[in-house]
Amino acid sequence: MNLHLKPSRRDILKGTGALVVAFSLTPPSEAFALAQGEAAAAKPVVLDQVDTFLAIDDKGMVTLYSGKVDLGTGIRIGLQQILAEELDVPLANVNTIEGDTALTPDQGPTYGSLSIQVGGMQIRQAAATARSALLDQAAQRLGAAKEDLAVADGVVTAKSGGGRIAYAELIGGKTFMLKVDPAAPAKSPADYKIVGKPIARRDIPEKLTGKFTYVQDFRVPGMLHGSVVRPPTIGATLQSIDESSVKDIPGIVRVIRDGNFLAVVTETEWAAVRAAREIKTSWSKSETLPDQAKLWEHVRSTKIVKDDVTSNIGDSAAAMAAGGKIVKATYDFAIHTHGSIGPSCAVAEFKDGKLTCWSASQATHNLRKQLAMMMKMPDEDVRCIYIDGAGCYGRNGHEDAAADATLLAKIMEKPVRVQWSRADEHGWDPKGPPTLIDLRANIDASGNVTAWESEFFIPQGAAGMVDLVAATLSDRPVVGKLAPGGIANDSAIGYKFPNIKTVCHRLETTPFRPSWIRTPGRMQNTFANESFFDEIAAALNADPLELRVRYTDPADKRGLEVLDRLAKVAKWEKRASPRKDIKGDVVQGRGVSYVKYELVRTYVGLVADVDVDRTSGDVRVRRVYVVHDCGQIINPNGVRSQIEGSVIQTVSRTLKEEVMFDRGMITSLDWASYPILRFSELPELVIELIDRPTEKPWGAGEPTAALVSSAISNAIFDATGARVRSVPFKPEKVKAALRST
Amino acid sequence: MTLRRVVLTVVVVGILVALGGYALMWRPAIAPVATSAKAHVDRKAIDHGAELASIGNCADCHTSANGAAYAGGRPIPTPFGTIYASNLTPDGETGIGSWSEEAFKRAMRDGVDREGRQLYPAFPYDHFTHATDADIHAIYAFLMSKPAVRNAVPANDLASPFSFRPIVAGWKLLFLHRDALEPDSTKSAEWNRGRYLVEGLGHCGSCHTPRNALGGEKRDRAYAGGVVEGWNAPPLNASLVTTHKWTVDQLAEYLSTGWHRLHGAAAGPMADVAKNLGRASQDDVRAIATYIASLSPGAEGAKALVPAGGKVLTDQPADVVAIYNGACAKCHNDRHDVGPSQAISLSYSTAVQQPQSANAVRVVMHGIESYRTDGGPYMPAFAGILTDAQIASVVQYVRARYTDQPQWTDVKSQIAKARQEGVQP
Amino acid sequence: MKVSLHVNGKSQEIDVADPSTPLLYVLRDNLGLHGPRFGCGLGQCGSCMVHVDGHATFSCVLPVTAVGDRKVTTLEGLMEGGKPSKLQQAFIDEEAAQCGYCISGMVMQAQALLNKTPNPTDDEIRRHMEPNLCRCGTHAAIMRAIKRAAVA
Repeated sequence: MNLHLKPSRRDILKGTGALVVAFSLTPPSEAFALAQGEAAAAKPVVLDQVDTFLAIDDKGMVTLYSGKVDLGTGIRIGLQQILAEELDVPLANVNTIEGDTALTPDQGPTYGSLSIQVGGMQIRQAAATARSALLDQAAQRLGAAKEDLAVADGVVTAKSGGGRIAYAELIGGKTFMLKVDPAAPAKSPADYKIVGKPIARRDIPEKLTGKFTYVQDFRVPGMLHGSVVRPPTIGATLQSIDESSVKDIPGIVRVIRDGNFLAVVTETEWAAVRAAREIKTSWSKSETLPDQAKLWEHVRSTKIVKDDVTSNIGDSAAAMAAGGKIVKATYDFAIHTHGSIGPSCAVAEFKDGKLTCWSASQATHNLRKQLAMMMKMPDEDVRCIYIDGAGCYGRNGHEDAAADATLLAKIMEKPVRVQWSRADEHGWDPKGPPTLIDLRANIDASGNVTAWESEFFIPQGAAGMVDLVAATLSDRPVVGKLAPGGIANDSAIGYKFPNIKTVCHRLETTPFRPSWIRTPGRMQNTFANESFFDEIAAALNADPLELRVRYTDPADKRGLEVLDRLAKVAKWEKRASPRKDIKGDVVQGRGVSYVKYELVRTYVGLVADVDVDRTSGDVRVRRVYVVHDCGQIINPNGVRSQIEGSVIQTVSRTLKEEVMFDRGMITSLDWASYPILRFSELPELVIELIDRPTEKPWGAGEPTAALVSSAISNAIFDATGARVRSVPFKPEKVKAALRST
Repeated sequence: MTLRRVVLTVVVVGILVALGGYALMWRPAIAPVATSAKAHVDRKAIDHGAELASIGNCADCHTSANGAAYAGGRPIPTPFGTIYASNLTPDGETGIGSWSEEAFKRAMRDGVDREGRQLYPAFPYDHFTHATDADIHAIYAFLMSKPAVRNAVPANDLASPFSFRPIVAGWKLLFLHRDALEPDSTKSAEWNRGRYLVEGLGHCGSCHTPRNALGGEKRDRAYAGGVVEGWNAPPLNASLVTTHKWTVDQLAEYLSTGWHRLHGAAAGPMADVAKNLGRASQDDVRAIATYIASLSPGAEGAKALVPAGGKVLTDQPADVVAIYNGACAKCHNDRHDVGPSQAISLSYSTAVQQPQSANAVRVVMHGIESYRTDGGPYMPAFAGILTDAQIASVVQYVRARYTDQPQWTDVKSQIAKARQEGVQP
Repeated sequence: MKVSLHVNGKSQEIDVADPSTPLLYVLRDNLGLHGPRFGCGLGQCGSCMVHVDGHATFSCVLPVTAVGDRKVTTLEGLMEGGKPSKLQQAFIDEEAAQCGYCISGMVMQAQALLNKTPNPTDDEIRRHMEPNLCRCGTHAAIMRAIKRAAVA
């Protein structure tokens, strides 16, 4: 039969069974036997099988099946580079199928800066296993010793006596039926030709010429459009709908109500927008939110369900009580929204009782479980397929749009596309929760830090499944647990103080559905830690960068090298903060921040130069220096763009962003009310990458972001002597800090 | 009396006024001071000066588009020609770095520069003259703390005889009233503070009071409204036209945020005023609001509100309804809810209720972009999106649908004028 | 109703059910163009930008029936002989896109600047690009791309 050698993206997106069918019709061979029966018809997605991750057809084209998806981060090319390098095939022959629950493994959601670090290494090992098996087969076929074989561009040659055979001949379209061998030798980095190179992404030319298909561009024949009509306040119940208010909109099909879930279904996207805007409804009154002006009192008095002691070294209580100078401070970090530039969108279709849902979800396997639960279907009858959307930076509204589309498709018995509006996205996507932190330290008479204690007030829960709005509104099954992400991470610190205790008080509730936003918890916690460290440096009249060196484990050579290189690239002047010669209206300062992410991986050091207008409180970040060690770099362009993005996005979050709300609902529902950084506010960036090809590759999507807020706060202190401990650093807050100094 | 005698009389009177004025108004030069001699480290004075400068809206006139703050160079159009705002940074040669505090105070009070030359009243010293010594001291300290910027401001572009500075002396004789503002003991402290700020540094009358042919404010019609760069500065007194009377709370919110849900957004030149007032002392803003609200105590009051969705119009051409539904209704809803971009229902809009279409036309054409950076009301500039004819029909449609007022007759001419004025800051 | 539009050099007759339909939806749904994108529908973010008679315009607040005979150009229409224009190529060469959702609007806005000011200063570029939002933080790369196209 005809194999789709390079399946068209359309076919892949539609999930037509061509690829799957192909395998079952392939004749068996000696080394690679096909499994019997029904299993052959399904492509494996279990993590321990080589076939889960890759397939080679009879033209030598390689398909990479990735559970990790490219959210705009560039990991698609990075993972292809890893595969092509390990298999020794031309990069141009590798194509990727991503985030399809029927075809790709559950490698965990694409989050946590783990796509290369974990996902890529699983792919590397599968490829190494495959290569070894292919060489075994080639050795047999060529009558050569395995050690005598070399591979280039997917062709195996026997170094002595010639003889060549291509992968395409060896496996071409058949399956490996092999478990991934953790001991299969991976290529030595000294031999890398592809990994480590700045290979150009393939999607960028398509995005620049209008050829790319985002999930927002995806269409299915017979599709209808849907817009949701959310309650005006959280918890409000729908009392009445006046359907006649939308009956004259050209293209209106139906108004759908299910409990408090309300939507309009139409023939055109514009009709859906108009109908959702013009429909007359009445809802009950509901006020479930705290007073924003008293948010931190609310957080502090929220019931604590448990304490996570994330580090406990020595006896900090005794050390704190043992005399010396106590430094204490409280930090807080506002509620943020993901702010995806393209609001969430999904398409759902039921066929023969089975559901296919296309969305830009970063966790299609989880979404599948949630949709199955919501619709009371078996997981096997649900298929979720990833199509790129706009950047989501975490769990935004994609999954909720998928649930909305699913509900509507079920009721309408036709495929339905749901496009969220700007207000839907800003108002209803889950939020990064508010974080409140108390810190204390003890400095003895000789200027040593003897103790460090910190308490973090953060919601309970971990990374998991965030309840779907459609399910909650229509009273359908939900998981029912808070899932804010791994937000206790980086509450512990890497500095070598003799007595340390860091405790996360896990709160029973938090305003709004929480979920993870880029660098969740690690950003807020590092903000507090690295700013407070600076307060200690000021109390000691010590240079903040030198103090960090002093308290870093001397055996941590890589960390010390980052700090050393940072000092050089930023031309750091050794002195205490604040600077002595503060005068004039607009003053300048610089701040440093440093982390070994989660205490176990990527090292980042960052210096920020800022201008502060002492009369208005305006802060302007002029320049940011970053030194970054993530071990083996797969694609330096990818790492660099993630660092740039982390810095610019987090400067925005630090200086400007907070979700605004009244007692009933979020009020910052668009860019006018939730302003983000613009071109006029752009800092200059100086980035130094450290590439260590012989080390493990660590994540790069988030770690830099953890440092930005503290570096800016430290720079403001350096410039003015005033400490700003509350994100965002809006001018009124900076002014107040300046006045109180 | 023959015409010749009339003309001769006017000319002689004019010369006598000018000479008399000059005699009264002439001031000597004040010696320059070295810029380094003024080490202003009095943070309290500087911070206070900054807040007062926010109320005075100094940065607005004294900063050019894309120029450094307070470095001057902005062209101020007047009926007599264009005046370029001076450089207020402490640069020795091109700014006021060589001005002593005495020289600065004299400029604020008497409208005379350090060298003794008359200053044109585009600089509203007819208001600033009421500022106290302490406030002038604070503003001076604030200006001297700013970074010195070298910027030689262009020469004024005034037609004869207005380019002859000494005639300003005559203007001052007629229009510079330096009678002190005596506190009114029948009113609250807040009202008096508001009056001091409004009549003085706030110089609200410079825009909101109509002027005579010689450019002086008409004192007997104080706050009856004015025109600034094409925009109507609406009346603040009893001839107030709006759907709702402005309460003190509403004014205080509007003045410090540039927006109120029952009135609309501060657009055009008022946007910068509001942004600056947002940085002033909020007690002072409330005082200003208290005084301004008192200017229209017995106003005709709110015109009856047209219902939330406006009137049902059956005679409108389909294409203008399509434009309204496709462009405007995205933000301006008919439920009296606050829409996206902080758009209000148009039955509340002050601009829509005014007797002239000047503000409505300019808001549609130029949009509201002033609050972009830090957030606030926003509107796209439709001048590049819709044609002039389409803008005219939409503006008239809105007037017909959301008011009970007679249709505007000046729309086309306002659109043509607005096109010439170019993009607003 | 039938609306006549001139898009990317071609005149077309489009069937539109609702005359208030913004140009954005007609370009995307009737003409299948992927360049202009829906980001806010409010003229706040710039993702939908196209050129109308050479002027960079929010297509999300321009009803299709108001376009008339003005010439509309989308990202696709900037191509030259099937190849990316100088500016598009500069973005590709600088890899000035992360998720890329804002990028069509960025290119349309930047092209309008370069059409008027072939060699803009950094300040001029920043001021001109101010209406366009990017959430990924690609601004620095976008600046590099625009400057690359300006000098080349």
